Amino acid sequence: MNNLAILPIILPLLASVIVAFIPGKLNMVRKISQTLSILFLIIVGYITWEVFSNGVIVLQGGGWKAPYGISFVADYLSIILVLTTYVIAAAAVFYAPHSLSNQQEKFYFYTFFFLLISGVSGAFLTGDLFNLFVFFEVLLMASYGLIILGNGKVQLRESLKYVLINLFSSMLFVTTVAFVYSIVGTVNMAHIAERVEAVPAEQQGIITAIGVLLFFVFAVKAAIFPLYYWLPNSYVVPNPVVSALFGALLTKVGIYSIFRIYTLIFVHDTSFTHDQLFIWLAMFTMLFGVIGALSTNNVKLIITYNIIPAIGFILMGIGLYSEDGLTGSIYYLMHDMVVKAALFFLVGALVVAAGTKDLSKMSGVIQRFPLLGWLFFLGTLVLTGIPPFSGFIGKLLLLRGALSEGYFLLTLVALVSSLLILLSMIRIFIRGFWGEKMEGMTSDNRKVHALTIPAIFLLSVSIFLGVGAELVLPYIETISGYLLDRTEYISSVLKG
Amino acid sequence: MEIIMIVLAAILFATGVYNLLQKQLLRIIIGTALISHGAHLFILTMGKLKRGAPPVEAHGVSDYADPLPQALILTSIVISFGVTSFLLVLAYRAYKLNNTDNMEKLRGSE
Repeated sequence: MNNLAILPIILPLLASVIVAFIPGKLNMVRKISQTLSILFLIIVGYITWEVFSNGVIVLQGGGWKAPYGISFVADYLSIILVLTTYVIAAAAVFYAPHSLSNQQEKFYFYTFFFLLISGVSGAFLTGDLFNLFVFFEVLLMASYGLIILGNGKVQLRESLKYVLINLFSSMLFVTTVAFVYSIVGTVNMAHIAERVEAVPAEQQGIITAIGVLLFFVFAVKAAIFPLYYWLPNSYVVPNPVVSALFGALLTKVGIYSIFRIYTLIFVHDTSFTHDQLFIWLAMFTMLFGVIGALSTNNVKLIITYNIIPAIGFILMGIGLYSEDGLTGSIYYLMHDMVVKAALFFLVGALVVAAGTKDLSKMSGVIQRFPLLGWLFFLGTLVLTGIPPFSGFIGKLLLLRGALSEGYFLLTLVALVSSLLILLSMIRIFIRGFWGEKMEGMTSDNRKVHALTIPAIFLLSVSIFLGVGAELVLPYIETISGYLLDRTEYISSVLKG
Repeated sequence: MEIIMIVLAAILFATGVYNLLQKQLLRIIIGTALISHGAHLFILTMGKLKRGAPPVEAHGVSDYADPLPQALILTSIVISFGVTSFLLVLAYRAYKLNNTDNMEKLRGSE
């Protein structure tokens, strides 16, 4: 049964190879990809059920025991994020045929897509720091392939910067792994955690320095203030389906890594890393992200900027490092992955419907496309966290955690930035959807409707997360309890 | 020996960063290549250098070099090789379409 832990990595890898052989037969590729995505979703759902009912699944790669081989750990946190990834993937694969041109699809979209899913799942599931770097590279390579799909002038220009910043942070990652190896003599995360505890107190400073260096690496990938400058332009240039995958998955892999590292390994100096660094950076990330979202009239850029404050909220929960904080953070992470993908899908449909990205040229779209309009409104409510939707539960827990530990400024900043997120989103609704019916709207109603269907699916998942919070919350509380008590992870990897 | 390697890695990092901060695209790519070389040397040094010992743990071998850093470097070299070659192609395409390889002229939103 241990092999279940590696299935979410192997299956999409296999699928990517299968579809790479028949790029020309587009209909067949689409059918295969769609069937496989749904099949994979069911399999991953089963694995999740297995993990939650029978405990953590650990696979020691090649039968080598823990510190020597590479471990794959399907624990509660990683498997629930893998499940969310597969939900988004299943929606994206139905969105892609209507959003991409045939030419773009033929240029191995589905191959890169499955590789991306494989890399993301791998990064979630691996229990080895160096292997995490390898899976980062797998998903980045796939993302390089996806970001240049279309070969536009601006696209190439911005993807160049995207590749460079990621290459630089990857090299820093390798250097940091070398530091870790020189100090504790291992790269297995559970083993590192065990050995870091044994480091004498006067040498703890170097461990903290390494921790901050690793945080820097992941902060670049997760787009945390002040390292988010590369994100808006490079996420806005590709096709909406690619932006949705990036916005929903890539930055979240970065924040997941921070989650993992800072609940498992670097917990010896929380008064500096968690209470000071994370809390302050979370505040700035929220504020600056949302200021960016208010500064532009490009509808897609508004959604892209809204990725950044969400990362701030998740980081805030890690900084609190309490039951409430972590539960809220994980809830918010899941919610944000789903709703960001849904919003990118909707905004892609909106751009097709209105024929422009510029909000100042848009008006009255709701008169022709009422379904799209109301879905967008619903998405706005879900994103901002209006009760009873999923954003509300996460934010409630985060704010409760912040208040109970006396972070009043943080609470205030979080509330204000939520309000500003609502403002930035409702601007699209008021100016784009209301008002006089604009000229130049598309006549292709069927295409717009086809584009909204995957978004409906994701929004209903999101609404389930909110309305069905009583069903979901116990599971998330299990996760946060599990993260706060590190011994279970360490013992299940090293002794399993 | 370790000191020499560390100094060498530091020089590679420094020249890499210097090149990374240039305006010309090709120099930037060379900069990333230099930084990755520096990082690889650094891993090797961090695993402690040793001469004349096999990187295996087998029966009868009591003195062995640490094989893990070598495995890590090999992986990392392959990855950086792949990324660099991709980056070169990407830079060429970007240069062709935008008619410039000057980063100052490659900015702007939209």
